[in-house]
Amino acid sequence: MLPEEIREELQRQIIAIEHPRELAVDVMFALQAHYGYLSDAALQEAATLLGMTPLEVEELATFYTFIYREPVGKYVIHLCDSLICWMDGYESIRDYMCRKLAVELGGTTADGLFTLLPVCCIGYCDRSPAMLINRKVYGFLTPEKIDAILEKLKAEA
Amino acid sequence: MPKDYPQVLFQNRKPDRINTLDEYRQSGGYSVLARVLEEGSHAAVKQQIFDAVLLGRGGAAFPAGMKMETIADDAPFPRYIVCNADEMEPGTFKDRVLIHADPHMLIEGMIITGYGILADKGLVFIRPEYENAAKILEREIQVAREAGYLGQNILGSEYSLDIVVHRSGGRYICGEVTAQLNALMGKRPNPKQPPPYPTEKGLWDRPTLVNNVETLACVPHIIRNGADWFKSLALTDGAAGTKIFCVSGHVNRPGCYELPLGVHLSEIIEEHAGGMRNDAAFKACLPGGASTRFMPKQFYDIEMDFGSLKKEGHRLGTGAIMIFDHTTCMVATALNLIEFFARESCGWCTPCREGLPYIRDLLARIEAGEGEEAFIPALEGMSRHLGNAYCAFAPGAAAPVESLMTYFGDEVREHIAQKKCPFKGSRKNKVAILGVEAPGRQGAKT
Repeated sequence: MLPEEIREELQRQIIAIEHPRELAVDVMFALQAHYGYLSDAALQEAATLLGMTPLEVEELATFYTFIYREPVGKYVIHLCDSLICWMDGYESIRDYMCRKLAVELGGTTADGLFTLLPVCCIGYCDRSPAMLINRKVYGFLTPEKIDAILEKLKAEA
Repeated sequence: MPKDYPQVLFQNRKPDRINTLDEYRQSGGYSVLARVLEEGSHAAVKQQIFDAVLLGRGGAAFPAGMKMETIADDAPFPRYIVCNADEMEPGTFKDRVLIHADPHMLIEGMIITGYGILADKGLVFIRPEYENAAKILEREIQVAREAGYLGQNILGSEYSLDIVVHRSGGRYICGEVTAQLNALMGKRPNPKQPPPYPTEKGLWDRPTLVNNVETLACVPHIIRNGADWFKSLALTDGAAGTKIFCVSGHVNRPGCYELPLGVHLSEIIEEHAGGMRNDAAFKACLPGGASTRFMPKQFYDIEMDFGSLKKEGHRLGTGAIMIFDHTTCMVATALNLIEFFARESCGWCTPCREGLPYIRDLLARIEAGEGEEAFIPALEGMSRHLGNAYCAFAPGAAAPVESLMTYFGDEVREHIAQKKCPFKGSRKNKVAILGVEAPGRQGAKT
């Protein structure tokens, strides 16, 4: 169940806006932030809050890259595989990450900390190869840099 | 040293932090908004943007003034102005840099343009990868509100406008105007085919003007300095203004450079972007994002403006120039682009949903050394069929493939004849790695 303060805050925003559907993505993000991913129960709650059918919310949830309909790790890594990052070593970075985390693309580490996903151009072509972890950008990736980033996140977890 | 050109959009750009409201005001910011509201002629705003020949900087190069004109004087209210900060065209990062450099320039541009159509509400549609930019905008919009530039009766005038930041869930098609409006309304972001155009029936069926970040940032300067000044910024006849070129790929200094429209491609590469990396030879570039055509060496000296490229059958797109050196395999490059498009297709219409995986399969097999001569007409034919799609996504996706066949057909044939990628030796495993299995695979062989 959603904590009362989150529900009330979302309801306050929904009441204040002329067209509540405009908040559909914001509501999904808020529920995802609480549950870790958009579970079936969360999807139902989003629909109730927004006055939409669960199917209408599902249509959106499965469409967007940053809405996760399945459980993900505490840290979601979106590794850019579009042209410039690919030219600057995406494949070797991907292979290094997969080995380091012992997962395949799409997988989550056994300790539940990291999910590794490929993503299309994230708009950091001046810092390629680049990735996002929980929406924070890391550029000019090298194996050494990746080691340091992952160690730091592990320590903070 | 690279040539110094007038910096308009980047005049306040700093290496380490954003420009504050006070600093923006010191550079003349918001002075023209006060003047415009005092004069009280929204028609004059439209006229000046029209006269300045400001072409949309988001990729389509549609005249911004003409788009405003399509909102009739007696069009219903409320009216909306939307800033398209989705910027998901691969290679493009200028809007991010612009927002981080000088957010108030965009905010003032939105208010003035909004006034031009008497908009009641402004929305910034921003991609989730740009969360920092979204936070900056939310904070600075509040600063502008407190300073009286937004909200009820702006600067004591009759005009009221507020702006909200709308975060996207992240998908390339949301950059397409009609898809973006669906996204804003909490609907599945499929494109819609006009008419009605968004300026007639857009957000919640009301008149809606959608402009790119860079386009809107040009507006305060046009109103302040005049249409003739704006036109004089460009180096070539018919072009107007500066352009933020974001350069990436095999150059020494990838980054955003504000240069006059009409500057030579060779100058951008050699002087501003620091020349080719490792002293390699220039082979080709994409002049304006993933959905423009490859430009090979014969265009190395071309003047980079919308008209000059159009005359040669090319498009300037977003001005995101991706540079490839002589070691680049163009088949693999096109394959990477098609991987992107195939993944990001919204799936609404058949040519795009089915055609792109088909092309991806053919290119993957050519790259893996399993190509056949019959693939060439199949690729050419399928690229043409993509033109039958519902929106501009699929024709854009076809551009790199069609230009690959046009300019680098010999390289494609070399892959087929040698049964390997001549740039990387045998890559037999490539198809297995990609897991490509497109429908119609049998058909491609015959």
